[in-house]
Amino acid sequence: MISTMEEKPHVPAAPRKRKVPGWAVAMLGVAGAIALLSITSYQTGFPQLTSSGTTQTAVRLALPILLAGLGGLWAERAGVVNIGLEGMMIMGTWGAAWAGYQWGPWAALVAAVVFGSLGGLLHAIATVTFGVNHIVSGVAINLLGAGLTKYLSTLIFLPLSNNPRQSPPVQSFDTFSVAGLGDWLGELESGQRLFISDVAGILRGLVTGVSPLTMIAILLLPLSYYLLWRTRFGLRLRSVGENPHAADSLGVKVYFHKYVAVIVSGGLAGLGGAALVLNPGQLSYLEGQTGGRGYIGLAAMIFGNWRPGGLLGGAALFGYADGLQLRSGGETVLALVYGVVLLLAVIVVWQLIRRKWFSAAAAIVVAVLMYLLYISLDEIPSEFVSYAPHMVTLAVLAVASQRLRMPAADGLVYRRG
Amino acid sequence: MGHLRGKLLPPALAIVFSLLLCGVALIISGANPLSAFGAMVTQVGKGTTLVDIVNSTGIYYIAALAVAIGFQMNLFNIGVEGQYRVAAVIAAVVGGSIALPPGIHTLVIIIVAALAGAAWAAIPAILKVTRGVNEVISTIMMNGLAIGFSAYLIRRDVFGELRGNNIRTAEIPESGWMPGISFGGSGTMFGFLFVAIALGIGYWVMMNKTRFGFELRASGESSTAASAGGVSAKKMVLLSMLISGAIAGLISLPELLGRDHTFSLNFTAGIGFSGIAIALLGRNHPGGIAFGALLWAFLDKSGLALDNVGVPREIVTIMQGSIVLSVVVAYEVVRRFELASEQRRVGRELGTVGGAA
Repeated sequence: MISTMEEKPHVPAAPRKRKVPGWAVAMLGVAGAIALLSITSYQTGFPQLTSSGTTQTAVRLALPILLAGLGGLWAERAGVVNIGLEGMMIMGTWGAAWAGYQWGPWAALVAAVVFGSLGGLLHAIATVTFGVNHIVSGVAINLLGAGLTKYLSTLIFLPLSNNPRQSPPVQSFDTFSVAGLGDWLGELESGQRLFISDVAGILRGLVTGVSPLTMIAILLLPLSYYLLWRTRFGLRLRSVGENPHAADSLGVKVYFHKYVAVIVSGGLAGLGGAALVLNPGQLSYLEGQTGGRGYIGLAAMIFGNWRPGGLLGGAALFGYADGLQLRSGGETVLALVYGVVLLLAVIVVWQLIRRKWFSAAAAIVVAVLMYLLYISLDEIPSEFVSYAPHMVTLAVLAVASQRLRMPAADGLVYRRG
Repeated sequence: MGHLRGKLLPPALAIVFSLLLCGVALIISGANPLSAFGAMVTQVGKGTTLVDIVNSTGIYYIAALAVAIGFQMNLFNIGVEGQYRVAAVIAAVVGGSIALPPGIHTLVIIIVAALAGAAWAAIPAILKVTRGVNEVISTIMMNGLAIGFSAYLIRRDVFGELRGNNIRTAEIPESGWMPGISFGGSGTMFGFLFVAIALGIGYWVMMNKTRFGFELRASGESSTAASAGGVSAKKMVLLSMLISGAIAGLISLPELLGRDHTFSLNFTAGIGFSGIAIALLGRNHPGGIAFGALLWAFLDKSGLALDNVGVPREIVTIMQGSIVLSVVVAYEVVRRFELASEQRRVGRELGTVGGAA
């Protein structure tokens, strides 16, 4: 996934002006990532790296991050920074549990979206109408979201579950698997052949135990892309995030578009909360369940350079690291460090070809350090694996912050003149 | 007079609005808001509540000062939360593993905590100065890492030890404690509160009476104007972030030196975010912050009484959240109103009709 990030900016700079379409770059990135994992799992002897179980867990864990990140994308494309995603997600988890234990999973989704949107509406009122600093409003909404759900849980869940921090169990979605395909892929996976088994394992993880929510979340990504980049409404929404004054002078309703974007953003974050509640391993509201995933969604969006494709890459990467840790522990995650060394080796060669001596030298230094880390440790302490997204985000920001391009008027308060 | 009104009116309005909001919430949930608020007020006189409030005020005060220094410079140090957590665990580990004479031991712990907080804040500061990374994102990430880092440090095979059901660092010997003022059955006031007061005075002097404070505020108002006047914006970012981190490092010390003497899983989290709210409420003014910290502490500690009257005490968290949100809205509305009335006044004096445009 990292390779997607790395290659994109190079495309325009290529000597001959080949126009490589975005989807081709994405496919190459995915193929590269699978090849990398495949070689890593072969070299280090950890088949879990590409097993179907790991993939399945990774998808489950990536969903909330993806949805929160999409929420961030909507808001920030309209120029509103949404630190409040975390709070809206918390409200979504509560709403999902409240409706879910009474009326089933579909009601849970609806309630989660409604609760999240209410958080978004509040953020929009504060930032757009009253011109409050976006960060300040976001922090306040995070406080408010946590407080409100705690209060409501004590009020409503306590008599039912005898625990103020947990809701009664929520009915789950029926999951479905593509049976024939899954079995065939299972055979391929157990064959232990380089690359083919790995691809089979990942695909099998993707087609087994799929819930409707997974489908919805994955469909929301191209839908968001279509709405934001291929429709008139989306063009207007993004113009509001790039230059609201110019948009206003052309007759675009700046406040309206900002409001819509932030409310949708809250709804998506709320849906991310529902993904946590309806997770088969959990199936209830738990206090502190979001554990900063709203922030990680924001990080995934930044990792993806405020673009849906990159956002998917970021969410997949963060979900994968988490899923691997959960399924097979710190030893396997250490194998990923080996994978990073391989990736860096590729980058070194690439930079040498492009005669970027300084970048190549820097990559060599980092690669050597990572390799030393790999051979000196037995496992990555579990305490750190959960925070891998944070480290990756800091690293990406430190290395590529000049290349990242956020909407030009992101975070600026706009006031109708 | 109008000047003072503009400063005091918004917080008063915000508090009244939040009280009304929570009152309505209480009525909807079937409780009597008057008896709930009454229970909170009478709780102050009971048991150790008053001393608890004072202690908590001191802690919140330090947190809000740390945030306020960043705010003065237009820096959002969301990372106070992580900075004080890391500082607490490192100070506890260092304090528990060295033996020094009383006084010096305490001083060393305080210095270590400040340095650790500053070091944790240095990473986003350096990223911002050298790579232009937005401090909001980097400090949020550092907050996450701080939780992982502190959990790692108190692992039993690192610096932790198991006591009952709790994992904690080695206890700081008595030479490293800071004695408090005991009120017998009403509790013990942390000695570190005097440090908090000194910090508040130091903050006021630094901001209003020193060249550094002037340059800091100038860069916060307009970094381009300040750099035209010879103030290096990068230097100010780095310094204010480091000072903010160092003060954040002290947040947990009242509890660490005065009560707990160890870092354990019972660590009080979330003070950094409260600090942000309090700094906003107090408009970065040392006096305003003190008032905000007192209000926060009162809501926290008196809220415990709500359980006795059958109201979930989390209502105070809602109240805190709505106070922050409504106070920033109120400040903005008042600012716009004053701007408009100023423009009208200028318009009248110049004798132009359309002066309000």
